[in-house]
Amino acid sequence: MAWTRKVLRVNLTEGTCKEEPLNMQWAKQYLGQRGLGTKYLTEEIDPKCDALGPDNKMIMITGPLTGTAASTGGRYSVVTKSPLTGTVACSNSGGFIGNEIKCAGWDMLIFEGKSPKPVYLYLENDKAQLLPADELWGKSVWETDELIHKKHQDPLIRVACVGRSAEEGCLYAAIVNDLHRAAGRSGVGTVMASKNLKAVAVRGTKGVGNIKDPTAFMKATSDGKKVLAENAVTGEGLPALGTQVLMNVINEVGAMPTRNMKEVQFEGASKISGEAMKEPRPTDGKPNLTTNAGCFACTIACGRISTIDQGHFTIENKPQYWGNSGGLEYEAAWALGSDCGVSDLDALTYVNFLCNEDGMDPISFGATVAAAMELFEEGVITTEHTGGVELKFGSAEALAWAAEVVAKGEGFGRELGLGSKRLCEKYGRPELSMTVKGQEFPAYDPRGIQGMGLTYATSNRGACHLRSYTVSSEILGIPEKTDPLETEGKPELVKAFQDATAAVDSAGLCVFTTFAWTLEDIAPQVNAACEGEWTADSMMEMGERIWNMERDFNIAAGITGDMDTLPKRLLKDVAKTGPAQGKVCNLDDMLPKYYEARGWTADGVPTDETRVRLGLA
Amino acid sequence: MEITFKLYATLSQYLPAGSVNHSINIKISDSDTAFSLLDKFNVPRESAHLVLLNGVYVNPEDRDKPHFIKDGDTLAIWPPVAGG
Repeated sequence: MAWTRKVLRVNLTEGTCKEEPLNMQWAKQYLGQRGLGTKYLTEEIDPKCDALGPDNKMIMITGPLTGTAASTGGRYSVVTKSPLTGTVACSNSGGFIGNEIKCAGWDMLIFEGKSPKPVYLYLENDKAQLLPADELWGKSVWETDELIHKKHQDPLIRVACVGRSAEEGCLYAAIVNDLHRAAGRSGVGTVMASKNLKAVAVRGTKGVGNIKDPTAFMKATSDGKKVLAENAVTGEGLPALGTQVLMNVINEVGAMPTRNMKEVQFEGASKISGEAMKEPRPTDGKPNLTTNAGCFACTIACGRISTIDQGHFTIENKPQYWGNSGGLEYEAAWALGSDCGVSDLDALTYVNFLCNEDGMDPISFGATVAAAMELFEEGVITTEHTGGVELKFGSAEALAWAAEVVAKGEGFGRELGLGSKRLCEKYGRPELSMTVKGQEFPAYDPRGIQGMGLTYATSNRGACHLRSYTVSSEILGIPEKTDPLETEGKPELVKAFQDATAAVDSAGLCVFTTFAWTLEDIAPQVNAACEGEWTADSMMEMGERIWNMERDFNIAAGITGDMDTLPKRLLKDVAKTGPAQGKVCNLDDMLPKYYEARGWTADGVPTDETRVRLGLA
Repeated sequence: MEITFKLYATLSQYLPAGSVNHSINIKISDSDTAFSLLDKFNVPRESAHLVLLNGVYVNPEDRDKPHFIKDGDTLAIWPPVAGG
């Protein structure tokens, strides 16, 4: 349905669940999910609060198209202050629980305070209860999901929960829903665990309603699905090979961050690619990829379901991993693979399973292990720290060990759970941390894709590809091709991607639709579902409003323009191979023009004029 | 002259047996172009969306230009793909 107009406020300190009306004035300005959730957060918390203290809040919020017939309309977001970065955090997930929250009759769930004991929220339509979670605490995501289903004897309950890594304080812990979809980035799971909230279990049977113009909505969503089906990327490429099709592309263009971003091409890329996942293994004759999979209402189905060879060293005595489960997406395959120098596809899949099982962001986990491997190579970390493990680049065994100890918060795993920035600072080598504002990089080296350097430097949640995916233009030619090695035009390109993405992230839709859709395809769907006049232009303006609102939160939290930068390695050390050979990321050429395009001061602060124009003053 | 020719994703099926890692070394003439090579391997030209020569994007207008490909080059081709 579009907005249900109902908010559930859960006070964990008091143990209360109260219904309140949705602020419709804000809904018409910020739509849902990322925009509306951030508006509530900025109005309700002090940006300087301790992210892991009771004053922080955690908001699980759907979009107006979540739960509708719109393709990919199953998304929800978790909005909070990040313990990893200190910035605003908004992590978006698919799967099925977003639809379930909406079908239970709620637009959003606001969690505040801290429970004195572990609890979980059980939500069945209007009935909301905080129930004891003593028997769930200390359990993995997969165990928790199973125990909740057994307890309530309802297979249709959808569960989002944290694993042991979050309980143990891993700063990049995720909230995992439906076993292997995740609100993955920025440590939103760590915040959830800090509140002694183990899980959110939801059953909704109210179905879909409250669409402004149902006839127009069915036409708009049908038109949208036709565009997705007929587009070669969303209709064929993503279902067949998933995001992992990028592995060979990005390696070929020389933008594959390798061995903690020391290099830009990985010799083992083809062995861990989307193509490799489909090839029969020499060991058992079966491919790693079992099938593709889709989230609620998705007509793309890019998800990967994989099975590891039962004789592989990671699982030969662990039958619990012999079945199929969520397989490698490109970002995970990159972080666990090339960034750690590991080209064992089944080992990466095993570690990916563990990231799902115990709720770690595989990007931050992999990049942190990569930093630790460089520290080990430099002799800063030794086998005395690791308990005898040779933490060398290329070691699948070391990577698997690292995942096991971070998942349970054991030994050196607690240090790896700090993330790359804090780990490198602790060992006196902060320059080896490949992060922006404390968050680890995703899978594109900005020396080979210049626009991504500006994207990372200015992202409101630290280094992130999902805030402005200029790879789409610079490498893939969508919507039009630009030169990845040029900086000209990139400030405007990044701004446009940032604003459009913020709009998509607020609707209840998946950003992958934008490989085929523009806001001209999305706006008619939103307009038919929601009160107000929604056009591509008004959605773009809303995206810009959201971006500036996030920026203002960060500035108030003490995250200022001087932190809009990149590690020296990317600014000073040239790429050694590939088309970008001899190049660094020329951030200084782009950043001042970006601030100007944004209507910000030279220090990166939105001007009063900009705030007034966007309705933020 | 000899080049490395790569076909990825759903185009891999057009590579002959003996190809390794979606790649094969082939001898070509000076007049060969990206499109003429696609024709030799029976790859529909309209399937070639992303064409990279030594990792650098080849504009559509250069894909049928002779003398564009040099000895030792790597030509890699994809259908429309995306991810992230």
